[in-house]
Amino acid sequence: MKEKTLAELSALIAQKEISSVELTQYYLDRIERLDGGLNSFISVTQEVALKQAAAADQKIAAGTAGPLTGLPMAHKDIFCTQGVRTSCGSKMLDNFIAPYNATVVEQVSNAGMVMLGKTNMDEFAMGSSNETSYYGAVSNPWDTDYVPGGSSGGSAAAVAARLTPIATGTDTGGSIRQPAALCGITGLKPTYGRVSRWGMIAFASSLDQGGPMAQSAEDAALLLNEMAGFDPKDSTSIERDVPDYSANLNDSLKGVKIGIPREYFSEGLEGGVENVVQDAITEYRKMGAEVIDIDLPNTNLAVPTYYVVAPAECSSNLSRYDGVRYGHRCDDPKDLEDLYKRSRGEGFGDEVKRRIMIGAYTLSAGYYDAYYLKAQRLRRLISEDFSNAFSKVDVIMGPVTPNTAFRKGEKADDPVSMYLSDIYTIAVNLAGLPGMSIPAGFSDNMPVGLQLIGNHFDESKLLNLAHQYQSVTDWHRQAPAGIE
Amino acid sequence: MSLEKQDVEKIAHLARLAIDESAIPGYAEDLSGILDLVDQMSAVDTDGIEPLAHPHDANQRLREDVVTEENQRELLQSNAPQTDAGLFLVPKVIE
Repeated sequence: MKEKTLAELSALIAQKEISSVELTQYYLDRIERLDGGLNSFISVTQEVALKQAAAADQKIAAGTAGPLTGLPMAHKDIFCTQGVRTSCGSKMLDNFIAPYNATVVEQVSNAGMVMLGKTNMDEFAMGSSNETSYYGAVSNPWDTDYVPGGSSGGSAAAVAARLTPIATGTDTGGSIRQPAALCGITGLKPTYGRVSRWGMIAFASSLDQGGPMAQSAEDAALLLNEMAGFDPKDSTSIERDVPDYSANLNDSLKGVKIGIPREYFSEGLEGGVENVVQDAITEYRKMGAEVIDIDLPNTNLAVPTYYVVAPAECSSNLSRYDGVRYGHRCDDPKDLEDLYKRSRGEGFGDEVKRRIMIGAYTLSAGYYDAYYLKAQRLRRLISEDFSNAFSKVDVIMGPVTPNTAFRKGEKADDPVSMYLSDIYTIAVNLAGLPGMSIPAGFSDNMPVGLQLIGNHFDESKLLNLAHQYQSVTDWHRQAPAGIE
Repeated sequence: MSLEKQDVEKIAHLARLAIDESAIPGYAEDLSGILDLVDQMSAVDTDGIEPLAHPHDANQRLREDVVTEENQRELLQSNAPQTDAGLFLVPKVIE
């Protein structure tokens, strides 16, 4: 059962081979039995799940079920879930019971899906290794001495270990694509504004975007069909029709132009990763695609630019955690300033504090022009690199990360080295583009991801290219040994 | 860019973060390293380039100025550390 994709499970449910309650119990049992060694879940919502599953079975019996009715899934613990703790991986929100559902949670639930639980993540989505979580590090199912990537590391590990058929994630600088690559699953970061951010706890509001983390492109399309859409409650949500993301999966790749950025294959890219990515590009050639070298000349500016924009926005967004209305509050505050400072000092971990402080510094009087405004000017140059490229090619392809998963602890004390592991993913967020990571092979027995970058709102094209690759390869069907 | 102890104290105050005295040197080192990374930006001449604040270069949509929220005070205050008679309690502000 565990090797079945969401699409295959959907067929089993439709044919009444298995009930939603049976399927839900099967995954709850797997989590119970196997997650001790992975720590991919912060909360398992067994009661909610079995109740939703029973309701789904009634819909199925009544013939009113949709394609995803009764199928289990998990939410990254950044999405507010009514009546269920929503911690964002932080001590600050350890006691926070969300009073409402995020729009994404509501949409997925309206589609009849069953929530197994809330997955682990870097604190407030700040991290690339899932080691900054208040609830402890997550292990990579391919080798538990290694990190799963981050910040959606819990969702990636849970899908890779088949503790859930599919999960949600969020991506501010690579937080869906990087863990998807490091855990050997399929992750899609949609265009900025495509998926509602209402009820998705904010990190950097001009970058954040939610998306599916799945076993296959076909599955990612199924979940994106439910997640995407205009939401009047999110002021950055785009008013634009949602296509059927499953409709174009089987389009031919003949004549599709794939751009390969030279800058993504320069120094710093590990040989084993490069070989896998080049092999994947060869596979696309065989399918009839035309491969063209392109330049994204401002690539090396993406990380510095991001580490001004993201911390500035985070310091502003996280000012809401004041120990007054919700979240952690220190004991015996002597005055209001003491209440703010100690509640925040105790509630936030080191990485969150570093980023808040960088943001407070770069936004402080006298520094704004040199940092934030400068970064926004560079952001335009980075974005124009992509628009120039998309006047020549349909899709851009390259590595997701310079290396495969690193060992736990290896980069935990060196923030800058951690930040540089996102060098190929960050520019996509600055430009608001959709990006995907799909499994393309292994280097030293650890998974390697292939990145696909599309023009704004070209999710269907990315899914088409990913699905075609997955129709001729089986990397996405490989699961870690030892997790039976 | 090298931050000193008093720089970190000032930034921590601006951000309303209590930082242990013993942790300040570590933060000074980490933040200096991040600012060194960020300073690579200054190598590029950006004169005449318009800042890009929104990835689609768009403005935020405004809605009609009408009441959309219903009163859920009790529910929303159920997460508050300290309330009384529907009010959030904080330490005394005015003597």
